[in-house]
Amino acid sequence: MVKPIALQERAGIKRRDVLKGAAGAAAVAVGALGAPAILRAQDVIRIGHITPKTGFLGQLGVFGLNAAQLAVDEVNAAGGVMGRKLELIAEDSVNAGTAVTKVDQLINRDKSVALLGEISSGTALAIGSAAERNKTLYINTGANSDALRGKNCNRYMFHVEGCNTMYTKTIGNWQLSQNLINGSKWYFLTADYAFGHDLRNVSQRFYKENGGTIIGDELVPTGTVDFSAYILNIRKAKPDLVYLNLAGADQTNFLKQYREYALGFPLSGGVMDTLLFWNAGIDAISGYWQSLWYHTLDNAGSKAFVAAYKSRHGVPPENQAWGDYVAAKILAQGMNEAKSTASADLVAHFESGAKLDLLKAREGSFRKRDHQLLQEMYLVRVKDKDKSMDQWDIFDIVQPTPGPNESLEAIQPTEQENPCAMADL
Amino acid sequence: MAILIEQILNGVLVGAFYTLLALGLSLIFSLGGVINLAHGGFYAIGAYLAVTLAPALGYPAALVLSPVAVALIGMAIEVTLLRRLYEHDPILTLLFTFGLAIVIEQVLRLIWGPAGIPFNIPDFLRGVLFLGDFIYPYYRLSILGLVLLAVLLVWLLLTRTRFGLIVRAGTSDPEIVEAMGVNLRPVQSLIFGLGIALAALAGVIAAPLAGVYPAMGAEIATAAFVIVVIGGLGSFWGVLLAGLLVGVVRGITITVFAPAAEASMFALMVLVLLFRPRGLLGERMERLE
Repeated sequence: MVKPIALQERAGIKRRDVLKGAAGAAAVAVGALGAPAILRAQDVIRIGHITPKTGFLGQLGVFGLNAAQLAVDEVNAAGGVMGRKLELIAEDSVNAGTAVTKVDQLINRDKSVALLGEISSGTALAIGSAAERNKTLYINTGANSDALRGKNCNRYMFHVEGCNTMYTKTIGNWQLSQNLINGSKWYFLTADYAFGHDLRNVSQRFYKENGGTIIGDELVPTGTVDFSAYILNIRKAKPDLVYLNLAGADQTNFLKQYREYALGFPLSGGVMDTLLFWNAGIDAISGYWQSLWYHTLDNAGSKAFVAAYKSRHGVPPENQAWGDYVAAKILAQGMNEAKSTASADLVAHFESGAKLDLLKAREGSFRKRDHQLLQEMYLVRVKDKDKSMDQWDIFDIVQPTPGPNESLEAIQPTEQENPCAMADL
Repeated sequence: MAILIEQILNGVLVGAFYTLLALGLSLIFSLGGVINLAHGGFYAIGAYLAVTLAPALGYPAALVLSPVAVALIGMAIEVTLLRRLYEHDPILTLLFTFGLAIVIEQVLRLIWGPAGIPFNIPDFLRGVLFLGDFIYPYYRLSILGLVLLAVLLVWLLLTRTRFGLIVRAGTSDPEIVEAMGVNLRPVQSLIFGLGIALAALAGVIAAPLAGVYPAMGAEIATAAFVIVVIGGLGSFWGVLLAGLLVGVVRGITITVFAPAAEASMFALMVLVLLFRPRGLLGERMERLE
């Protein structure tokens, strides 16, 4: 596992150097030849990729960037978009303030026709607003907050990532079917920032509506290393279940230490990032969770994506990689179908309910009223350790949610729960 | 009430871990005046080496080899690069270690990849001990023992050896020591190595409990700095006391008012600085009082 990633990283640096070299060569060519070189530069369709590559979400962001680059390379190998090549310009979003500056650079300096990426809900809000101001399409690939699809929604922002309600209802509907909610006592731990607060509202609303009692509800600062004090309080409270709304590396830290104390109360949660569960290791995890996508899904598209990603990076893609890959593919498909790279045309095309291949059993489409991608999610169960093939093989897929005969709306927030008002194009 | 007592005892365990980081930081600062902003980076290297060595050699071997290897890396950096900056503006060593922290994180990313590495408590340290109703994982108890041992060894080194004598003399008045014909340079390198080794040891200890990923050292060092300031710059026992205090105060805060967990440590620092600017057991500083 170790060496291939190292190789990939080095290859990444080389690729950037090559890009720089190419830019330098292009500049020389402009000087020498004038107009024809400028025309050549316009042949490329630039897409801005902006996501955290450092900090507590950085590990996920690197998967996202790798996958977006893979998608772009595949599109180019298959003839590009309307005969033109795609080029991905990548930036580290760092935080909301920095991200806004980088969005302006990507759009106004680099002439990106669309943006994709981000994981933090707080930063995605800033990117979405900046994209709207610049009238440029932005596809959110990793930020979950319902508010981004609700009170902060906008005409230019689309969401490949599932929203908090989708995650909550995927696990929640199953818990209801198993009668695990009515009359039960749960203990909530929540990441103390925009994403966590949003998920806390959504998950607690669902839980209380279905007859559960909250006996513990604590906000945890992001970047918490030691969870022992929280775990002692959980032990005192004796809940029926511990519900995690934690983000980033904190998920890994909590899972490892919860295993250390061996309390035995089952775990569940409003979010599951595969990478952070891989990092905790199969020994430290248990129970039922939800996933937007998982690399053992049995369909041709998924298998091809997993094989291509694995051969390039040595590890299987995790669900953040899927988000950025699919977003880039959808963008290329949309441009080809709309025969345009203009954001207004793409927004109209996606709003028309165009069918989109998501590497899942069912096709998906963006919902017009809030731009959420309607799609299947999956209920997954932690595998028996003896049946696990490798360190990434940690889940069995129990069932798609909604089921094959249900409407894809079954796990969505209703219009009343998450109203969105968008301006005209 | 019982939960508060349990949190206080647990706070001591957590504090002991932070003390290890802070002690190294304090040692490096005392002799040479370097504020090592790359401390968290060396902590991360320690964890990565442990994760790499443990599957082949076992966890106990990693516990010894990783800090030694990291100390050698640290000393090589001190001798070749950091040393050149001692005679100039102190801001240069600060900038150098700040940059070093970023370099270390990127090097970890290049060698081991951007994703984390799963690693868990070795089987022979798994399990929990019940004392009455209180619960203690064997692993955390062994950490406490290990930290006590490390602290005791450092204390013996500083107070019972000729090396320690030079260190203590060099700490209080480096010019006089040099004037008496003692070359402090090799002593500084060794102390830098020792401080770094303690950070790496903390990293090895943390690897089974927390995520092992390139940026893992970025935030942990903040707590170590706060502890050094609370305890008093350069004070051995002050660091120890402050480490335990921070652990205990944080544990109580999480039980009483959890959202202030992170703030509690800084509030404690502000209080101490208001009433005792030199820190709990720090030497009197003419400039401040």
